[in-house]
Amino acid sequence: MTVGLEHYLILSAILFSIGLYGALAKRNAVVILMSIEIMLNAVNIAMVAFSRYSHLITGQVFAIFIMVVAAAEAAVGLAIILAIYRSRETVDAEKIDLMKW
Amino acid sequence: MDVGVTASFWVLAVVGVASALAVVFLRDIFRAALFLVLCFFAVAGIFVILSADFLAVAQVLIYVGAIAVLIIFALMLTRETQRGSPSGRFRFLAFLVGAVFLVAMILVVTGTDWQAITEAPTEPTTSSLAQALFSEEEGFILPFEIAAALLLAAIIGAIVLLREK
Repeated sequence: MTVGLEHYLILSAILFSIGLYGALAKRNAVVILMSIEIMLNAVNIAMVAFSRYSHLITGQVFAIFIMVVAAAEAAVGLAIILAIYRSRETVDAEKIDLMKW
Repeated sequence: MDVGVTASFWVLAVVGVASALAVVFLRDIFRAALFLVLCFFAVAGIFVILSADFLAVAQVLIYVGAIAVLIIFALMLTRETQRGSPSGRFRFLAFLVGAVFLVAMILVVTGTDWQAITEAPTEPTTSSLAQALFSEEEGFILPFEIAAALLLAAIIGAIVLLREK
């Protein structure tokens, strides 16, 4: 059986769902960020698969931009987590309820 | 050739999904971070068999080289490793959301008639990527410059957030 576009898209959907579960269910803020990185990687797989199976390079250009945004998001997200840890001594997402109404 | 691509796809897919599951379900968050690195490597391999050579190298450099190191540093600086990574109160709801999303995506993907070109592209992608990014008429020069400004803003933002008062 040859591997086609559907295989890559389903792999991407599986990885995205795992990341979605982790981002929603976990309490450690760093693990939530790790799950978000998994979701961004899953989206990149779908982008590159579409680019490979249509011979249009635009999908890979968008994958590059996703990587740039992921790097920026990781840097700022981890800085925010460390700043919160400095003032509150915890990175538990259920205890960080400063902005809850 | 085709058998090799098929075999490496299945190996990389199993490794990627298994390590992503390990990231989400392991209690030891330091091991979870190491499995995240393995997941990034598997995605880079997927890019290789999708003939996206430039992106595979960029994946290893950016994710494995930079983001993984950032995450491991954050884990060590927050010293939450003893407490592990417990699941929250809404674990079942989150599982439900993920499962519903997965089923919906699989139904959509298998139900669509994709107009896919099965032949693999033959030339390397780096020069055509550069053409697409920087060409005069329909290039991505403006988004590229905005991405540079975004990275600069992110660096300055991270420094300002963590600067000692």
